[in-house]
Amino acid sequence: MIEGTQLALPNRNRRRWLIDSACLAAAGMIGLSRKAAAAGKKIRVGMTPAFLHDQHSLLGEWRDFMADSLKRPVEFVQRDSYRETMDLLRLDKLEFAWVCDYPYLHLKDTVRLLAVPLYQGRPHYRSYLIVHKDAAGIRSMADLQDSVFAYADPYSNTGYLAPRYEIRQLGRDPASFFRKTFFTWSHRKVVEAVASGLARGGAVDSYIWETLAHVEPALVKRTRMVSRSPEYGFPPFVAHRSVAPAEFRQMQEHLLGTGSSEAGRRLLARLYLDGFTAGTPALYDGVAQMMRAFGEA
Amino acid sequence: MRWLFNLSFRHKIPLWTSFLIAFSIFVVGAALMTRAYQDMKAAVIISADNLGHTLANTVAPMLLHDDVWRAFEIVRSPIRADSARSPAQVDAVVVFGRDRRVFVSSHPESLPMLSEAAALGADWQALAARLASPGLVAWPLVIEPEGSSYLYIALPITDKDAQLGHLVLRYAKSVFHPWFVATIWQGLGLGLLVLAVLIPINWYWGSRMASPLVDLAQRMGTMPRQVPEPLPPEIYPYADELGQLFQAYDRMVLALREKAALENEVVRSERLAAIGQLTAGIAHEINNPLAGLITAVDTLKLRRDLDAKALRHLDLIDRGLMQIRDTVAALLVQTRVQARPLSQHDLDDVRTLIQPQVAKRRITLDWSDTMPAELPAPASLVRQILINLLLNAVQAAAEGGQVSLWLGRKADSETCLSIVVRNDGTLLSNEQLAHLFEPFASTRPGGHGLGLWVTYQIVTQLNGRITARNVGDHVEFVVNLPLGDTPCNTASA
Repeated sequence: MIEGTQLALPNRNRRRWLIDSACLAAAGMIGLSRKAAAAGKKIRVGMTPAFLHDQHSLLGEWRDFMADSLKRPVEFVQRDSYRETMDLLRLDKLEFAWVCDYPYLHLKDTVRLLAVPLYQGRPHYRSYLIVHKDAAGIRSMADLQDSVFAYADPYSNTGYLAPRYEIRQLGRDPASFFRKTFFTWSHRKVVEAVASGLARGGAVDSYIWETLAHVEPALVKRTRMVSRSPEYGFPPFVAHRSVAPAEFRQMQEHLLGTGSSEAGRRLLARLYLDGFTAGTPALYDGVAQMMRAFGEA
Repeated sequence: MRWLFNLSFRHKIPLWTSFLIAFSIFVVGAALMTRAYQDMKAAVIISADNLGHTLANTVAPMLLHDDVWRAFEIVRSPIRADSARSPAQVDAVVVFGRDRRVFVSSHPESLPMLSEAAALGADWQALAARLASPGLVAWPLVIEPEGSSYLYIALPITDKDAQLGHLVLRYAKSVFHPWFVATIWQGLGLGLLVLAVLIPINWYWGSRMASPLVDLAQRMGTMPRQVPEPLPPEIYPYADELGQLFQAYDRMVLALREKAALENEVVRSERLAAIGQLTAGIAHEINNPLAGLITAVDTLKLRRDLDAKALRHLDLIDRGLMQIRDTVAALLVQTRVQARPLSQHDLDDVRTLIQPQVAKRRITLDWSDTMPAELPAPASLVRQILINLLLNAVQAAAEGGQVSLWLGRKADSETCLSIVVRNDGTLLSNEQLAHLFEPFASTRPGGHGLGLWVTYQIVTQLNGRITARNVGDHVEFVVNLPLGDTPCNTASA
C-alpha cells in the first residue's frame, strides 16, 4: 500500500561493527594482506567521495581497465566517508586509495603520494561556496551568518576545512558562526541539500560541482556559486607505505599512462579529468597551512 | 399535488414503487459512499501509522546523533513528486525535536528546519498545542484542523524510554476527493444499472396488480345501470386481500344476478297472474251468456219449420259458439279435478299419443323416466303438461331433429317431481323468453299460443314452477311440481 517504506537504513552500526572486528583481527590480517600483495594477488583500491564515486558503471569500467593494465585482479573498496577509508588504510586493508587532500595530510605517516589527477590541465581545485538559486543578496560567506550550512565531510578540505578557514579569516568562530551545520558525507549531497532548501549554503568541491553540472544539470541549476576559494592541491591517489616499491612504480606508471590508450582516454573523459601527474607533497602546503591554523598539524 | 393521488393505480403503483426503489438506492448508496470515505480515511490512517512507525524508528538514531542529512534522506524517501498520487501517499513528513522545533522536514523550503511549529501556520500551531497537551497517550494522534485541506498523523519518536521528539505525517485531503468522486461515479453507475433492471420488473408487477383493480373499478362503475359481469377467474388467482376482494365481488355479482332474475320472475308471475285473472273474469262473463246462446240455438234447431238456409245459418252460429266455448274453456284452466295418482300407464299413454307427430316430423325422441309405480301427482294434469311440452318441442325441433324428455324425482328433493324437455330447434330470444308464457304469444305459424299458457297456469296452480332457457344449442323447459304440501326448492331453474 505504501510506497517508500523501504528506507535506506543507515549502515553506520554495521560498519562500526565491521571496523571493530577488523581491529580485533588486525595483527593476523596485516600478515595475510602482505602475503597476498607479495604473491601478486588482488589489489585493493579505496574509492571515496573525492569524486562521484557512486557512478557504478564508471567504476566497473575503470576497475576492469586497471586490472587489464596491471594484469592483476583489482578490487575497488567504496566507502561513504573519508573517515572509513582512512581507517581501512590505517588497518592496512587497502594498498591504494583516492582520498581528499586533507586526509592525505592526516595520513602522511601511513601513505605516500602516488599520483595527482589533472583537472582542466592542472593538479588543482577549489572550494565553492554555493547557495540556492533563489537566495538573492548572498554575495559572500559573511551573508550566511546565522543560517543553516551544509558541510560535506569532517575530513574534506573543500567541504569543511576551507569554509571554516574562510570564516576564521573573517575573524569569526566557525563553531558559532552558523545557526546550525550538518554533514552530508559527500559533496554531491551538499549540492542536493542546498538545492532542496535544507541548507541555506554549502561548501563543495569545484571539480564535483562542475562535473555534476554535466551529469545532473537539473540539480546543479538549482544552486548558485557565490564565491571561490584559493586553489588547493587536487585530491591525490596515495599508496600505503607497506606497498613494495615495484608495485608502487607499476601503479604510478599505470595512472600516469592512462591517457596513452584509447580506453584510458575514454575513461578520463567520463571522469572529466585530463590525466595524472606524479605531483609533490608541496602541492598541499596550502591545506597544511589551514590545518596549522586550526592546530591540527 | 392532488392529481398525483388521483392517478390510476395502473400508473400510481409503478410510480410509487419506482420512487421508493430510487430513493432506497440513493439512501443505501449514500450510506455506502460515506462508509467508503470513512474506510478510505481509516486505511490512510492505518498505512500512515505503519509508515510513521517505520520512519520514527529509523529516524530516532539520527535525531539522537543530530545527523540532519541522514534524517532528511529518511523523511524524504516516502515522498513521491512525480508518480500518480493516491490518498495513501504521504504529502510531507516533519520531525520535531524535543524543543518543538523542526529538526528536519521532507520539504525544507516550505517547512524549514529549526522553525517553531507556530511559525508554520495555523494547522501546525493546532498540532503543536495538541502534542504539548498533557495526558496524551493515544497514538497515533490524528488531527484534522478545521478548514484545513490536510490530515495530520503524529507519532512519538522514542529511544528506549526517552522521548526524542515527534514525527508528523501530512496527507493532502485534496487527493481523497478525486478518488471519492471516482467511487461516487462508480456507485452511481451501479445504481442506475440496478434501476434499469428493477424499474421494468416493478412496472410490470405494478400493472399486473393494478389491472384487475382497474377492471374491477370499471365493472363496478356500471353498477347502478346494470348488473356487472363477473371477473374472469384467471385474472388474479391468488388468495391475498386483493384475491379475497375479487372473490367477494364475484359473490356479490352472483347474488345481484339472482336477485335480478328473481325480480324478473316476480314481475313476470305477477303479469301472468293478472292476465290469468283478467282472462278468467272475461271467460266467466262470456260463459254465462254463451251457455244461454248455445241452449237457444239447440232449441231453435229442434224446430221443424226452419228452412234449409236458416238451418245452415244456425249451424254456422252453432260452430262459432262452439269455437268460442272451446277458446274460453282453454283460457279458463280448471285444475280442480278429481286427483288420481300418476302411474306408468299415464306415461305410456302420452308416448303413444304424441307418436304420430314424432313420426311425421322424423324426430328422434329420447325418452327417459325414473318412474316408480305411482306418484302422488294429479295424473290428468301431468299428462296435459307432458303432452303440451312434448308437442311444443316436436313442433319447435327442426325437421329430423331431436327431442328429449327426462322425468323423475328432483335430485335434491324427494318430494318434487321434475320434468325436463329439450329440443334442438331455434334458440329463444330474450324477447321471446320474457313473454313465453303469455296467452297468444306463439311465434310459430299455425299455433294458437295457448299451449304454454295453459301449461303455465296448470303448473302455477299446482304450486309448481316452470322455466325456459337456452342450454347450449338446445331449448330447455323445466317443470318442478311438489309431491305434497311442501313447495319445491326453486333455487335452481
